[in-house]
Amino acid sequence: MSHLSDIKLKIWRQAGPDEGGRFESYLVPSISDEASFLEMLDVLNEQLINEGREAVVFDHDCREGICGTCSLMIDGQAHGPQRGTATCQLHMRKFQSGAEIVIEPWRASAFPIIKDLMVDRSAFDRIVESGGFITAETGGAPDANLIPIPKPVADASMDAAACIGCGACVAACPNGAANLFTAAKVAHLSLLPQGQPERYKRVEAMVETMDEYFGSCTNHGECEAACPKEISIDVIALMHQDYRKSKFANRKTLSRS
Amino acid sequence: MSTTTLAGSEKLQSKAPAVAVPEMWETFKSDMKLVNPNNKRKFKIIVVGTGLAGASAAATLAELGYQVDAFTFHDSPRRAHSIAAQGGINGAKNYKGDGDSVHRLFYDTIKGGDFRARESNVHRLAEVSVDIIDQMVAQGVPFAREYGGLLDNRSFGGAQVSRTFYARGQTGQQLLIGAYQQMARQIGLGNVRLWNRSELVDTVTIDGRCAGIVTRDLVTGEVMSHAAHAVVLCTGGYGNVFFLSTNAMNCNVTAAWRAHRNGAFFANPCYTQIHPTCIPQADDTQSKLTLMSESLRNDGRVWVPKEIGDERSPADIPEGDRDYYLERLYPSFGNLAPRDISSRTAKRAVDKGQGVGPLKNGVYLDFSAAIARLGYDTVWERYSNLFEMYERITGENPTKVPMRIYPASHYTMGGLWVDYELMTTVPGLYAAGEANFSDHGANRLGASALMQGLSDGYFVLPYTIGNYLAPLLNKPTPGVDHPEFKAAETAARQRYQGYLDIKGTRSPDHFHRELGKIIWDYCGMERTEQGLEKALSELPALYDEFQKDLRVTGNGESTNQTLEKAGRVDDFFQLGMLMCRDALERKESCGGHFRSEYQDDEGEALRDDENFAHVAAWEWTGDPMQSTRNVEPLDFTTVHLATRSYK
Amino acid sequence: MADTQAPTISSANPSANPSVNRRGPVTGTAATAKKRKKFFLLDLYGTAVGKKYVMAITGIAMMGFVLSHMIGNLKMYLGEEDINHYAEFLTRLGYPLAPENVVLWIMRAGLIGALLLHLHAAYSLTVMNRQARSVKYQSARDYQIANFASRSMRLTGITVLLFLVWHLLDFTFGVTNTLGDGDFDKHQVYDNVVRSFERVPVSAFYILANLALGVHLYHGAWSIFQSLGWNSPRFNQWRRMFATAFAAIVVVGNVSFPVAVLAGIVG
Repeated sequence: MSHLSDIKLKIWRQAGPDEGGRFESYLVPSISDEASFLEMLDVLNEQLINEGREAVVFDHDCREGICGTCSLMIDGQAHGPQRGTATCQLHMRKFQSGAEIVIEPWRASAFPIIKDLMVDRSAFDRIVESGGFITAETGGAPDANLIPIPKPVADASMDAAACIGCGACVAACPNGAANLFTAAKVAHLSLLPQGQPERYKRVEAMVETMDEYFGSCTNHGECEAACPKEISIDVIALMHQDYRKSKFANRKTLSRS
Repeated sequence: MSTTTLAGSEKLQSKAPAVAVPEMWETFKSDMKLVNPNNKRKFKIIVVGTGLAGASAAATLAELGYQVDAFTFHDSPRRAHSIAAQGGINGAKNYKGDGDSVHRLFYDTIKGGDFRARESNVHRLAEVSVDIIDQMVAQGVPFAREYGGLLDNRSFGGAQVSRTFYARGQTGQQLLIGAYQQMARQIGLGNVRLWNRSELVDTVTIDGRCAGIVTRDLVTGEVMSHAAHAVVLCTGGYGNVFFLSTNAMNCNVTAAWRAHRNGAFFANPCYTQIHPTCIPQADDTQSKLTLMSESLRNDGRVWVPKEIGDERSPADIPEGDRDYYLERLYPSFGNLAPRDISSRTAKRAVDKGQGVGPLKNGVYLDFSAAIARLGYDTVWERYSNLFEMYERITGENPTKVPMRIYPASHYTMGGLWVDYELMTTVPGLYAAGEANFSDHGANRLGASALMQGLSDGYFVLPYTIGNYLAPLLNKPTPGVDHPEFKAAETAARQRYQGYLDIKGTRSPDHFHRELGKIIWDYCGMERTEQGLEKALSELPALYDEFQKDLRVTGNGESTNQTLEKAGRVDDFFQLGMLMCRDALERKESCGGHFRSEYQDDEGEALRDDENFAHVAAWEWTGDPMQSTRNVEPLDFTTVHLATRSYK
Repeated sequence: MADTQAPTISSANPSANPSVNRRGPVTGTAATAKKRKKFFLLDLYGTAVGKKYVMAITGIAMMGFVLSHMIGNLKMYLGEEDINHYAEFLTRLGYPLAPENVVLWIMRAGLIGALLLHLHAAYSLTVMNRQARSVKYQSARDYQIANFASRSMRLTGITVLLFLVWHLLDFTFGVTNTLGDGDFDKHQVYDNVVRSFERVPVSAFYILANLALGVHLYHGAWSIFQSLGWNSPRFNQWRRMFATAFAAIVVVGNVSFPVAVLAGIVG
């Protein structure tokens, strides 16, 4: 174990959603290279409290890369410089002594800043609420082995389902689009046989809800690079295809009723 | 100190139907009172917490037609710590045809819990485990499949059949997303109202019934009352009392503790589970510990250097100088010995000075033998996601340097006392999931936590809550303008303002660390009468300092994580004292509770069924050092008490 | 029940998003979804995903045009007679089934329509994207995958559009390419081209604009697959290669003309 010294931090401070914000500079004199990035911020906050100042607000919870609560734009990259890694799993050994690190909140109109580095990502929940589910009310489920699902299909669905809903895709996208998040949710359910009855209704509702909050996908691929679960933009193509089909399939279904 | 009623407290009636254990649930369902579908919307139910138990309960209750208000302190319901469970979920499906059955799952759970769980509840858990798998598959959980397309199973510690369903190393995540999506659907339909970033700060009891809760908005600091016909707490466990645990940073005991202070008995707080395979603490700034799935022990060999203080790197230590202590002590189970045993033996090795790593605080989990036997590719394929996670955290590649592991607090079997209907000792107040004490006895088996959370939320509460609500139809209930609500709001505001007003010198985190160290040292893996008494003398003194020297910066009118933390640490202090008292009073060793005084010649736990085959449920009296211990005797009519042996 | 504090139900409308001082619960978010009664193609075009379909389909049409335009122009190398004859042939496409020029004008109308739709979709998506991040990042971004091509689509697109205007003035209407006395004979394609490219600044602009077109195609031709949802593990690896090859062929072909004129190979 060794220590890094003199980490200079430039952190975005903002008192509330409608307040103005600015970068403030802080110095962490010494930190173990075994510390995680968020532990380094813990140390800074202890330091601030000791000085009688207000701690930096940032979202975090499980600190093992699965809950998706943590965020942070670190040196211009969502979740920092390590690929396939959420901020909570980023460690200080990736940095050098004397480094200047700039930390900014996710920026998107759909993710308003609550305070400092904390943003409101509820728009993701709105997308799921509009259709990101399989209607299967408790009690009526058939036996779990009734429908065999080919292993590659289950695996592909799982690849998409690995999404942790952190919002890095939106943060990294030059357009502030949420296509990777939405498409991952769509692909997870629409690849499975259980998801077929609502397949087109689901994608139509989710895409149109997404449209109310987010920008559009222009295929930069930046979301895939930022995704801590490395979800492929292939799922976006799948969503686009299903969305087009939904306009035809739903029309046919509706005209029958 | 306390008085113990050995005969069993009258307040602790499980109310399980008076029939044979296997028939209880069917009998209950046949006899319970029902609420007419059109009348369900006249009832409002509050669900606090949106993990597996909370999300599944909120979704199902809303589907049935109740008005549901759900609360989470997270930004989204999908963040709850259920998400971090790796291994899997048990279900007595017998898809492998290896002789599994409801009875066998029931028996394994009772035995795994060291005969300290209630038979009635555990049997019901085993019965509905089958429905859970069906339900989750129907909702689109992408469980692992075999090439034929059918569900795959793996085996887990403490069981001799393959009954664990899994979705890669992310089973908890997939199940939580499944339950969250069902709840999201109900939010979209307008049947559930979701309050996010809102924390429960008190429960309100009026005329002997739970009338609602008081919450604090974590964004605006606003304190608000919410009235309901029934309140369900699905607020998880209290493992963060240790400061360093595998729990998420925000996991806390506040909801359960506030309910306890308002009349709900707290059962078996000393039953905490220590998980043997976590990454050891690396430095003083460490904020939490990370679990490495137990499955690693299938191919890893645990060892320490024989010589105390051996400074050589692991590659330089010849076979003859290594102590593969699990293989030596437990030849038949070897490296797969149960969690509590593996944990204790690791602690003993480290305490003796055989620990490895820069801080001498771990033991090796070595994959070199497996790589030599199976080849690098096979081993990498099995554990790549864990190896990568380990490397991200430690910077070491476990295929080249042996992994270092050490036990850490992981799960808490204790919790709010509940009866067969999951109701606490306060009528109308329910507890589900890890927040209650009911199903795991003194030790939880792997892959059973997910099962219990979903069982409570999907298949138990939606039935039992109707039994309570039916007689309340069209009867007036107190609203939020009732003086009791106003008093609770005032108390909550004063409480949080109080933390800001202390203006001392030390942060909540500072006190939490100190508290955690005391609990870990004296009420961790191995407990002694002397140690617990020492803890009970140090804790009130530290708590006193906390109340006088706390420093919370910022204000109470906007997001203030320091202030949130202060409230949680306050409740952890009180719980910590109760935990130590419970551990002191339970003069036996069972499951996760190991008292050094009660062990046999070989260091194995010695249970005392004569005097301690009971649940200890504590009643709040105004001071955690003065709580009253009540007892619910445990009757074993279906399984026979036996000594656990894994030799 | 006296729930006096029942807050207002927030809808799926982003403007009603909770971030104001008094926060209420969220519920009924899916129930307020508006019922669209538009013609389904307009309905599709109403969303960003639909607009990307339009971008892609019109993009394919224009890609077909630039490729065939370039191939046709290669007749420059066969000599004056061939290229002039080819120009003549275009006006008689479909003849005698269709009268002269009719098929050509149908194709031109299609291209003009495609261009207008492409522009409208691009404009509305740009507005949408600006709104989606009304406050920009205040520190420098460090892009990982997004490349010059993908991030300069607007710039290269506008460059190509301006070039197109000039190109029509130069070779179709002859405004910038007269014989000195204001005369222009569009049937003398070979002479017109040679005369125009002999002006070095014109050739330079032509080359620059074609490089912009190449950059635009390098991202656009790849992007089409994603936008149209043409995705399969079998051909995904070829998508990037296709776009690169397509852009390169068009650019090399087009740029060869001014180079050949200036080098004296043609003329």
